[in-house]
Amino acid sequence: MVHYLDNAATTAMRDVAVEAMMPLLQTSYGNPSGAHRMARQANRVVDESREVLASVTGFKPGELVFTSGGTEADNTVIKGACSAAEGSAICSAVEHHAILDPVLAVGGATIGVDSSGQVDVAELESLLKAINDDPDRSAPAVVSVMAANNETGVIQPLEKVAELVRTYSPDTILHCDAVQAICWLDLASITATFDSISLSAHKFGGPKGVGLVAMRSNKTIAPLLLGGSQERSRRGGTHNVAGIAAMAAAANATVAERDDAIPNVAKLRDRLSDGILDTVEGVTETGVTGRDRSHKIANISHFCFEQIESEALLFLLEKHDIMASAASSCASGAAEPSHVLTAMGYDRLLAFGSLRLSLGYSSTNEDVDAVLACLPAAVERLRERG
Amino acid sequence: MAEILVAMSGGVDSSVAAALLVDQGHDVVGVTLKLWGGESDSGCCSVSDVEDARRVAQQLDIDHHVFNFGDEFDEFVVDPYVAAHQDGLTPNPCVECNRHIKFDKLFRRADALGFDLVATGHHAQVAEIDDGDEKVFRIRRGADAKKDQSYVLHMLDQSQLRRLMLPVGSITKERVRELAIELDLRTADKPDSQDVCFIHSKGGREAFLGDRIPLKPAKLVDTSGSQVGSVSSVELVTIGQRRGLNLGGDAGRRYVVDIDRQKGEVTVGERSELLTSDLLVTGVEWSNGAAPGAVTVQCSAHGSTRKAVVSLPQSEKSSKQDQTVLVTWAQPQPKVAVGQSVVFYDGEDVLGGGIAAQKEPAV
Repeated sequence: MVHYLDNAATTAMRDVAVEAMMPLLQTSYGNPSGAHRMARQANRVVDESREVLASVTGFKPGELVFTSGGTEADNTVIKGACSAAEGSAICSAVEHHAILDPVLAVGGATIGVDSSGQVDVAELESLLKAINDDPDRSAPAVVSVMAANNETGVIQPLEKVAELVRTYSPDTILHCDAVQAICWLDLASITATFDSISLSAHKFGGPKGVGLVAMRSNKTIAPLLLGGSQERSRRGGTHNVAGIAAMAAAANATVAERDDAIPNVAKLRDRLSDGILDTVEGVTETGVTGRDRSHKIANISHFCFEQIESEALLFLLEKHDIMASAASSCASGAAEPSHVLTAMGYDRLLAFGSLRLSLGYSSTNEDVDAVLACLPAAVERLRERG
Repeated sequence: MAEILVAMSGGVDSSVAAALLVDQGHDVVGVTLKLWGGESDSGCCSVSDVEDARRVAQQLDIDHHVFNFGDEFDEFVVDPYVAAHQDGLTPNPCVECNRHIKFDKLFRRADALGFDLVATGHHAQVAEIDDGDEKVFRIRRGADAKKDQSYVLHMLDQSQLRRLMLPVGSITKERVRELAIELDLRTADKPDSQDVCFIHSKGGREAFLGDRIPLKPAKLVDTSGSQVGSVSSVELVTIGQRRGLNLGGDAGRRYVVDIDRQKGEVTVGERSELLTSDLLVTGVEWSNGAAPGAVTVQCSAHGSTRKAVVSLPQSEKSSKQDQTVLVTWAQPQPKVAVGQSVVFYDGEDVLGGGIAAQKEPAV
């Protein structure tokens, strides 16, 4: 039996999402931009899905732009905002590369985090204030802070970030990469003061290759992809109708179950994390002091092991049918020390020993037991022989 | 049936090595080592090589992993390579990579992960010799003399040799390519790797070293002390070097016979002026204890062999590792560049080897 503990990387599709998708592949497969009945059927699917997702995210249907996934959504906002306003970008140093790389590509700035992994709001304030006070510097086109970190699960202080940006830079687009958050946080309320958010379907039981940007109608950005008038010319390209329908179905199911899933999964996660802390020496639960995990989303258990190389640990876990992950990978697939851990102040060697176990709504006590049964021995073996 | 970790570089030899082990019924896992993060001929992290290895593993239906040994590669191979050049030595980074990365770090990793054996695609053989009570293993030259890589494996001892498989060492390179074609492996017609893997062919050694250490010009003088030319980087000059000195067509064949970095002087001379009767070798590692006496010696990856007698220092008649030994040539031989690996053979089998050192009076 496989113990899948990599739900932050991707999730199994929910049945309702598969069911929503199937008829659109071979039966109702029209192009929604067309003029005939089958096109209208497809268009209806897209419009209905848009309404569902608008309701889940707290945006209006017309404010949603469907994309090929989270990376395109984030790139659209960062590059589109900078291009439209001819300004620069600011983000936290622990953003996903889908934000971080376009921000750095436009010459933007990053804001550090504290040892718990939360963005340093004092640093953000002093930067925004300095820009505001300097008549030669234009306001940033976009400030982007994620809802919850994809590696550590740390929730960012979005309310405080919004307050600072509104105070010092009211015209700046305030963006939130909410890709990891939808299963574990009430999106509509936490991002109510934000101008835009991004989502990716495969993180919450939808298919890979589809996502969205939601952006308030009083904000405009330049499109990333030209080539058609779809999405009111904000994103050219034929709609991924089946993917969009499946994303909506998955979002609906996720939100409907969320209030039950959060405490259940948090309980499993706490048993997993406590179990590791109780049985393994020389380990740090990332960003956590005294087992207080209140600033983390419910599903991520993240550790840094001393004298361990995570690629070896993952190999031994896989031998026990446990699917987990470590930090980020470079183009070759080799493990690299994560920029998130570096930003949190972890040294290179400790960052090489990271392990992320991310649960999902269908995770079980057996999954937790499987990890606790083999992890201590695996760590000991690697320390002795590695 | 053994559990074997195969180091797959993305080249044809290790691809076929993996295929042969799969064919023999072993439980095989492929691994590609990410060693160099900088610019190289196959791109950052050698992405295309990793992709080739991964695809071959898929074709063979075996698991494939990538291990990041980049920090160790910098520490044990690249940094010492640069430092050696700065010190005027002629290092062999492939030997150091084998010593520290493939046959140390990777062996320890394989052991920790529960593998019985490690295999590579080197053209050499592991020979098992029945030595009375116990089996003794030796590195033996590969069946394809032109491709033999026993030289770069000379540092392996019994603990490593008994866990090593070299599946293509008993066949020719031509046969390796035939097998790759038969199996439709995408690496079948991939060219052999050349030169140092972390140095881009565009800028070469000079650009690589120039980015890391100051390169100093030097005068070229003949053995009487008269200046005959100059070189732009004394750090790139090697004892015995003939090409690249720009001495002009009528200068006859002249070789670098001495390098004085302090004075910034490189002495060139006739081949006869390069000859010496002996050679000091340090850091000697023996495959199965010290084996002094008559041997044949190889001083470069595809160089010829020369007859010599290896003698141990008086104080060190034991079989301890990391020895300094004296090689006395049967016939005078050209000087060997300090830093090069010097390997001792008994016929086709490697006895051990070390690093050519600066000759000092007393051994």
